[in-house]
Amino acid sequence: MTEKTLRQQWMATLARASRNEIEALLGEPPAHEVLKAPETGTVMVEGRAGGAGRRFNLGEATMTRCVVRLGDGTMGFSYALGRDARKARLAAIIDARLQGAEPVEQLRQGVHELAARQAATRDLASRKAAATKVDFFTLVRGA
Amino acid sequence: MYVAVKGGEAAILATHDLIAEARRGDQSVPELSVAQIREQMGLACARVMNEGSLYDLDLAALALKQAQGDAIEAAFLMRAYRTTLPRFGSSEPVDTAMMAIRRRVSATYKDLPGGQVLGPTYDYTHRLFDFALMDTPDVMVGLDPTISGQGTSSTNASGDARVKPEHDARALDATMPRVPDILGAEGLMEAEVPIEGDPRPFDLTREPISFPAERDVRLQAMARGDEGFLLGLGYSVQRGFGGNHPFVGEIRVGEVSVEFVPEELGFAVDLGDLTLTECQMVNQFAGSKDVAPQFTRGYGLSFGHSERKAMSMSLVDRALKAREFGEAADYPAQQDEFVLYHSDNVEAAGFVEHLKLPHYVDFQGELELIRRIRREREQRAASEQETLPEAAE
Repeated sequence: MTEKTLRQQWMATLARASRNEIEALLGEPPAHEVLKAPETGTVMVEGRAGGAGRRFNLGEATMTRCVVRLGDGTMGFSYALGRDARKARLAAIIDARLQGAEPVEQLRQGVHELAARQAATRDLASRKAAATKVDFFTLVRGA
Repeated sequence: MYVAVKGGEAAILATHDLIAEARRGDQSVPELSVAQIREQMGLACARVMNEGSLYDLDLAALALKQAQGDAIEAAFLMRAYRTTLPRFGSSEPVDTAMMAIRRRVSATYKDLPGGQVLGPTYDYTHRLFDFALMDTPDVMVGLDPTISGQGTSSTNASGDARVKPEHDARALDATMPRVPDILGAEGLMEAEVPIEGDPRPFDLTREPISFPAERDVRLQAMARGDEGFLLGLGYSVQRGFGGNHPFVGEIRVGEVSVEFVPEELGFAVDLGDLTLTECQMVNQFAGSKDVAPQFTRGYGLSFGHSERKAMSMSLVDRALKAREFGEAADYPAQQDEFVLYHSDNVEAAGFVEHLKLPHYVDFQGELELIRRIRREREQRAASEQETLPEAAE
């Protein structure tokens, strides 16, 4: 798998965030123009036979996308699973601001913290699963 | 033949009111919220997402609430809603090797790299009622499994004293090899590689299927197929109606990220995580003059935590490879036309249940016919009675 760009990383973090987290992160939304209003549709999720073989369609998932433009002309995009239109618009604004020339250190820091929280949640889930790791041993018959 | 009827509007409106009342039940009992169903009936939601062929936990929970827990009716609601949405495109194929593992077991390898992770499962429960769950508040959650139970006398919801976890609760390995790939490295396993050019898969929601059906069509049909139907077919294979001796190479459950390349950006965007269940079934060998004997594989992949579905799918997937391996397709599970035409429970329920809708014209026709046949039969009998004595003379 190829290394992810910074932008791909923050878009992934925003996609996984809740609407509340996005709202808290952005604060008061700056002036913006909605180029593509939040729209909910589906993405057909593909799998591979055996995990690595022939592609097949597993089924669809709901997703929502949005495109905005800030006053300075920067365009922001958001794509995420689910049907949350407000989250989509605010996440697109954050995507635009993170690309912009204006200093957005606070926002950058906020996304960083969000990513760290998501990583901590994943780590906790992994540790809970690890607690159920088991050593089965085979009993020798007739010994 | 089904002929449209008119009338009955008032009665139909009244039945809508009555079904709402029946759905609500006793009003002195608090109403379920969709969030409660989503969080506490997760396995039912997974089934509805699979058979409704749409991943959306909130909608699956709403569908279950609206359908009074009827899984097939709920799947029907999901399918109907899906048709109202535009499709933005297809994802990149999900990479289950990168799954954030919550459960991963193998029945073929005891000591596999990454370990056996039981995760949340009912496999090792006693299937005895836990009456503490009945109307007792705050007993749903067990103890944190990452906390060692040694030296404490605390008990969990079902009253068992805790034993110390067998391992320190460090996080699992970031990537865990898929078990068939381990055998594959030795050349003992049928290879699963993309076909020439790695083309886009067939989509049965867009094009009519034809037979013999290719693997991509079969897997898509089974992924949205009825769990019970596939379970029965998978069971039939095990019982000898299609002779593959299966082993669970691996079952894994966990979160997998979905990537999508929007045209306007031209790079892959991570849309978030889906919970998926994957089953790799290892089956007995096939070989030929030119190919040394190898284990063969069956594959199952499904939305949510849904092991029975993924296992059944993988059994039938292997059975449906009969043609590819030059095996006789004598049994139902090996016949793609039989399996694919009957696995969709929304279609099946529609055709079976349409029988209860008015068929008056149809039935009138049958009624006339049977009356005429009987009349003619009586007349024939009567005329034979008249002619018989003459013949006897």
